[in-house]
Amino acid sequence: MAGGIKKFVVGCFDDEKVLFPAVKNVRKAGYKIHDVYTPFPVHGLDHAIGIRETSLHTAGFIYAITGTTTALTFISWVFTKDWPLNIGGKPHFALPAWIPITFELTVLFSAVGMVLTFCYLCQLAPFVKKHHFHARATDDLFVMAIECTDKTNDAEVQAFLQQAGATEVNVQNAETGWWIGRYDREQKLYKEEKGY
Amino acid sequence: MNHQFQLPGSYKKWTYGLIGAGVIALLYGFIALHPFEQAGHGHGNASSTRFWAVLLQNSVFWLLVVNAAMFFLCVTTMAMGGWQVALRRVPEAISSVVPILGVITFAILMAIVWGGRTDIYHWLDKEAVAKDAILNGKKGFLNPIFFSVWSFLTIFGWWALGRKMRSLSLKSDQNGPMDYETGKKWIWTNTVYASLFAVVFTLTVASTIPWLWLMSIDAHWYSTMYSWYTFASTFVSGMSLIALFIIYLKNRGQLEYVTDEHLHDIGKFMFAFSVFWTYLWFSQYMLIWYSNQPEETKYFIERIGTAEKAGPFKGIFFFNVIVNFLCPLLILMKKGSKRNWTVVTFMAVLIILGHWIDFYQMVMPGTLHEKAELMPFEFGIACLFIGLIMWGAGQYLGKHSLLAKNHPFLKESMIHHT
Repeated sequence: MAGGIKKFVVGCFDDEKVLFPAVKNVRKAGYKIHDVYTPFPVHGLDHAIGIRETSLHTAGFIYAITGTTTALTFISWVFTKDWPLNIGGKPHFALPAWIPITFELTVLFSAVGMVLTFCYLCQLAPFVKKHHFHARATDDLFVMAIECTDKTNDAEVQAFLQQAGATEVNVQNAETGWWIGRYDREQKLYKEEKGY
Repeated sequence: MNHQFQLPGSYKKWTYGLIGAGVIALLYGFIALHPFEQAGHGHGNASSTRFWAVLLQNSVFWLLVVNAAMFFLCVTTMAMGGWQVALRRVPEAISSVVPILGVITFAILMAIVWGGRTDIYHWLDKEAVAKDAILNGKKGFLNPIFFSVWSFLTIFGWWALGRKMRSLSLKSDQNGPMDYETGKKWIWTNTVYASLFAVVFTLTVASTIPWLWLMSIDAHWYSTMYSWYTFASTFVSGMSLIALFIIYLKNRGQLEYVTDEHLHDIGKFMFAFSVFWTYLWFSQYMLIWYSNQPEETKYFIERIGTAEKAGPFKGIFFFNVIVNFLCPLLILMKKGSKRNWTVVTFMAVLIILGHWIDFYQMVMPGTLHEKAELMPFEFGIACLFIGLIMWGAGQYLGKHSLLAKNHPFLKESMIHHT
């Protein structure tokens, strides 16, 4: 329920070559792009939309050193304090033997942590739903959603998108957060908001 | 823009300065170290052993480093990698030094083997081999004739196939842009020679050559990790050398189409193969430490010693981990540092130094034992080889266009974006 219901002007493009100048012009005109949904990863689009660099790798580094520390402290506590064993006459503090496990835990922590963080950042999880601006965004359409404020004249934005080369333009009221439930949720909202 | 590079005077000054310093070191070696006096295995005349051990270490290291540049080209060619096209004249230039260093290395190896330097290669001692079951078992592989023939074929193979790759690239400059069919055929020809080079490389650098040239110093000992470990060492140094040349040329206003994106990818190679080197370095150590068998642990006892008595190379051994693993790992991890010329230059120099030291601790413990030194003579010989690399690469860079302008993948390289 994080996002709340907002109004969007949605424009669909059927070509990358049209999409890129459109993105540029929309940003230049001062409209706020909520997101652009594409059927495949489009190189350089993130940069064009102007979203900041992800900090996922920083999170990954922190998870990794957490894993390293966990492994080293736990193994060294077990083998020197809690339950010292004589293994082949090796010293109790047998660092070389622990390196593989330390490495594994470093990788495991960073991998699992980064996947979960990635899911959180992208608002993805099992059984969790998000509003679809256009079903064909997963097939062959590039779908740009522009967020409206109270002052936005949506007819003007629609005309602007049409002129920028959008093949299909409409206005949608949508929940921007993620929720558990049915995909037709926004339909109900749309009816309630008829007099908007 | 003109892609022809005029070698500036300062480059030549440094080149001849380094070669001059190297020649002085070599003369010092000839006069003070009495290289032609015999020394038995493990005892006797340490100074003549030192002379040959230092030459062996440097010639093999620098030869493998410059050859790694050609390996980089061949691998990216086989992988249809377009991004390297804008900078490919740099690895080409570095690999053009292979014949020079190849001849020198071959001469040094032959002098050692046919000069009967049992202090370097114990297996040259026929009497000792006859009495020694292990060395006797390795006689078919470790003997002067096989050593010489295989070394010759190896260096010849690197030279011939590398030359072919370079001439294919240079010839493309003379004709105009290629149409689709010509380009396809040209790429195919490149791929065929690159694959041949890779096969030769696998049979030599990735297996037999480190066994023959370096591992046979400790003739009783063996490690299946050794060749990969050597390869990783030289490949990461080769990538660092490429980075240094690229940054130098960029600072001179050359290499118009090489951007931070390309440098970023080179930096990734430096980072990744530093980690790969560590993986092999550690695996080799850990397996031997774990199984704890005297004939295997001997190698490390000569270097780091035992719990009771530290070995003469303990400091160098752990210095290696810091310089070749921790520094690249922590410093090159961030995207920003791989795109920062100053950081990359610093790391490239550090990595090359670190792996040079790594080769030092491969060669010295088995030949000079605790008598090894790290004095101006050692660094002087290194200067000689660095100077020769600068001279050879400078010849190539000064003679040919810095841009393979008709390469079919050039555009892909120009718009390269990581």
